[in-house]
Amino acid sequence: MALVEIKGLKKYFNTPGGQLHAVDDITMNFEEGTTMGVVGESGCGKSTLGRTIIHLQEPTAGQIFYQGEDITKVNSRKLAKLRQDMQIIFQDPFSSLNPRFTVEDTLREPLRISGRFKRSDLEKEVIKLMDMVGIARRLRMAYPHEMDGGRRQRVAVGRALAMEPKFIVCDEPVSALDVSIQAQVLNLLQDLQDEYKLTYMFVTHDLSVVRFISKDISVMYLGQLVETSPAEELFEKTLHPYTKALLSAIPSVDVHTPQQRIALKGELSNPINPKPGCRFAPRCPYATESCAQPQVLEEVLPGHFVSCCRVKELNPDLLQ
Amino acid sequence: MSELNNNENNDILLSVKDLYVEYTSDKKIIHAVNGVSFDIKKGKTLGLVGETGAGKTTIAKSIIGILPVPPAKLKSGEIYYEGQEITKLNEKEMSHIQGEEISMIFQDPMTALNPTMTVGAQIADGIALHENLSKVDSIKKAKQMLELVGIPSERFTEYPHQFSGGMKQRVVIAIALACNPQLILADEPTTALDVTIQAQVLELIKDLQKKQETSMLLITHDLGVVAQTCDDVAVIYAGEIVESGDKYEIFDHPSHPYTLGLFGSLPNMVKKGEKRLHPIAGMMPNPSNLPGGCKFHPRCPYATEECTQDIPELKNIGGTHACRCIHAGNLVRTDETNEETKEG
Repeated sequence: MALVEIKGLKKYFNTPGGQLHAVDDITMNFEEGTTMGVVGESGCGKSTLGRTIIHLQEPTAGQIFYQGEDITKVNSRKLAKLRQDMQIIFQDPFSSLNPRFTVEDTLREPLRISGRFKRSDLEKEVIKLMDMVGIARRLRMAYPHEMDGGRRQRVAVGRALAMEPKFIVCDEPVSALDVSIQAQVLNLLQDLQDEYKLTYMFVTHDLSVVRFISKDISVMYLGQLVETSPAEELFEKTLHPYTKALLSAIPSVDVHTPQQRIALKGELSNPINPKPGCRFAPRCPYATESCAQPQVLEEVLPGHFVSCCRVKELNPDLLQ
Repeated sequence: MSELNNNENNDILLSVKDLYVEYTSDKKIIHAVNGVSFDIKKGKTLGLVGETGAGKTTIAKSIIGILPVPPAKLKSGEIYYEGQEITKLNEKEMSHIQGEEISMIFQDPMTALNPTMTVGAQIADGIALHENLSKVDSIKKAKQMLELVGIPSERFTEYPHQFSGGMKQRVVIAIALACNPQLILADEPTTALDVTIQAQVLELIKDLQKKQETSMLLITHDLGVVAQTCDDVAVIYAGEIVESGDKYEIFDHPSHPYTLGLFGSLPNMVKKGEKRLHPIAGMMPNPSNLPGGCKFHPRCPYATEECTQDIPELKNIGGTHACRCIHAGNLVRTDETNEETKEG
C-alpha cells in the first residue's frame, strides 16, 4: 500500500517575470518501506516537490494523502503531529545544523519535543541515536565545525530519525560528500530503511546513486514528470527522449567504450508561464507538431509510465 | 612518470619533481603536498584524482605560481616547464607564463568571474595584456573566443549574472584559452554543473584541446570524467601519489588499496543485485598530523605491521604503471571486520 500519495500536485511561485510552474501536475505513489528516487537537473522542481509534500511549502493545487488520509489542508496542531512522521534530510549538513548546537543538543531537542521520554532518559536516548547512525560517543559534545561532512550528515540523519518518522525526504543527502564517505552514508540509509521500514523520497541529480538506492525512479523536467519506472528498467528500457539524453550524458567508468552522448540543443530554461505541450520539445531531437499538444503520462509497460506522444513509434522494439 | 623515465624526453611539457608544499595555521604545520612527481606529455591529459584535502588544488596552484604565500610555502621540489625551472621565477617573469603558457580553469564559475565587469571585457583584458594587441583588436579576438565556446558574440556586453552556470563556465574557459596556452590546469571544471551541461563542457574542452594541441592537468574526483577525458591518471592521497599510469592500466588493474577503495565506493560499479557499497573505512587523516609509514595504513584492509614502518616507494609494477604499496599485486585482507558503517 502507498504510504504517501500525491495527486495532481502543483506549486507555483509568483515572480516578476510571471508565474513559475515549479511543480506542475504531479501524481506519484510512495510505497511503504521502499525508496522512490526523483531525478532531474537543477531547476526541474525536484526539491520543491519534496518540500511541498511535507508541508514546508503549501501546494497551489492538488492533493496529498498520508496513510490514505487527505492531508492537503491541515491545521497547525495536526501539522505538528504530521511532522513527527515526515522528516527531511538536506543536502548541506553544514547549513542545516545549528552551529551553536553540539551533537547532543541537536539530537536532544527533537527527542524532548516528541514527548516520548522522561527528561532523565533523554541522555540515554541521545547515545542510542548516536550509535544508530554511527557517530562515536566521544563526539557527543562536538560542534558542527569540528566534524567533517560525513559525520555532520550522520548527525542530520540522526536528527531526522529522532522523531521515529515513517517517511523521509532525502534532498541530495550525499551530493556534498566525497565518494568514499558518500558510500558510508548510503549504506547507513539503506540499513536504517531495512531495520525501521522507512519510506524514502530520494531527490538527487546523481543517476548512479539513485539507481543503487531506489526501487522506483521518477524523472522530472521543468516541473513535470516525464518518466517513472522500476529502477533497473529505467536504465535497460529507457523510453523518454529526455531520459535517454540524461543517461547518455553520465560519464561512464568503462575506459574501453567511448561515450555515445545524445547532444541536446540549448539549456534548461525557467518554467515561467509555460505553453501547453511538451516542455522538452524545444530541445528534443524528435519533436514534431503533435508535441505542442498537452502530454499525458501513460502506462506503457507494467509500472512504467511515460509522458511522450511519440513514445510508441520511437521505441518499436520495446513497445508493441 | 618522471621517476621511472629519467631520460629527458621531448614529449614532456611539464615535469613536477619531488614537490613539497606546507601551510602554516595556528602554529600547526599542514603537510598538503608531500613529495609529488609527475610529467604531463605534450597534447595529452593527465587526470589527478583524489578526495577533498588530498592536495590536488595546491599542486595546480604551485604550478601556475598562485600559492597564497604565506600561509603556504613551497618547501622544496622543482617544476620544469619546457625544460625551464619555474618555481624560482620572479613575479614579472612568471606573469609571462601565467595565461600565456599555462592557464587555469577554476571549479566555481560563479566566483571565478568578476560580477561588475561584462564578460567580454574580462576576456579582452587578458588578451590585451598578453598579446600586445590594440583595444579594438583585442575586442575582436574576445568576440571570436566567445563564438568558439558556443556563445553568440552579441552577448559580449552582458554581465555574469545574466548567464546560466554552464554559460559562465564557458566564459571561464574562453578566458583560459584566449591566449592559446600550452597547458591548461582544469580544477574540477564541471563539478558545479549538471550532467548534460557537464558533457557539453567536457566535449568543448576536448575539442579545443585537439585543435590547439594543448596539454591538460584535469583535477577531479569523478572517475567517470577521468575515464572519458584523460590519457594518464595519477591517484593522490594525503599529498602523495599512490598510483599512476595510463588510464587503461589504472582502470583495468587498479592496484593500490586506496584506488580499489575508490572504485568500491562507486554506486555504478556495484554488481547487479548487490545491495551494499564497499566504502573505505574511516576518514582522511588530519594533514597536520599524518600517520607514520604508509599514510593509508590506518584505513587499509590489507595493512600489516610492515606498513606502519617506512613510507613505501612509488615503484613500477609494469609498463608505465606505478604503485606505492609494499603489498601491490599480492593483497591479502588482514581486517576481520565487515565494511565500515560505524566508527570505533
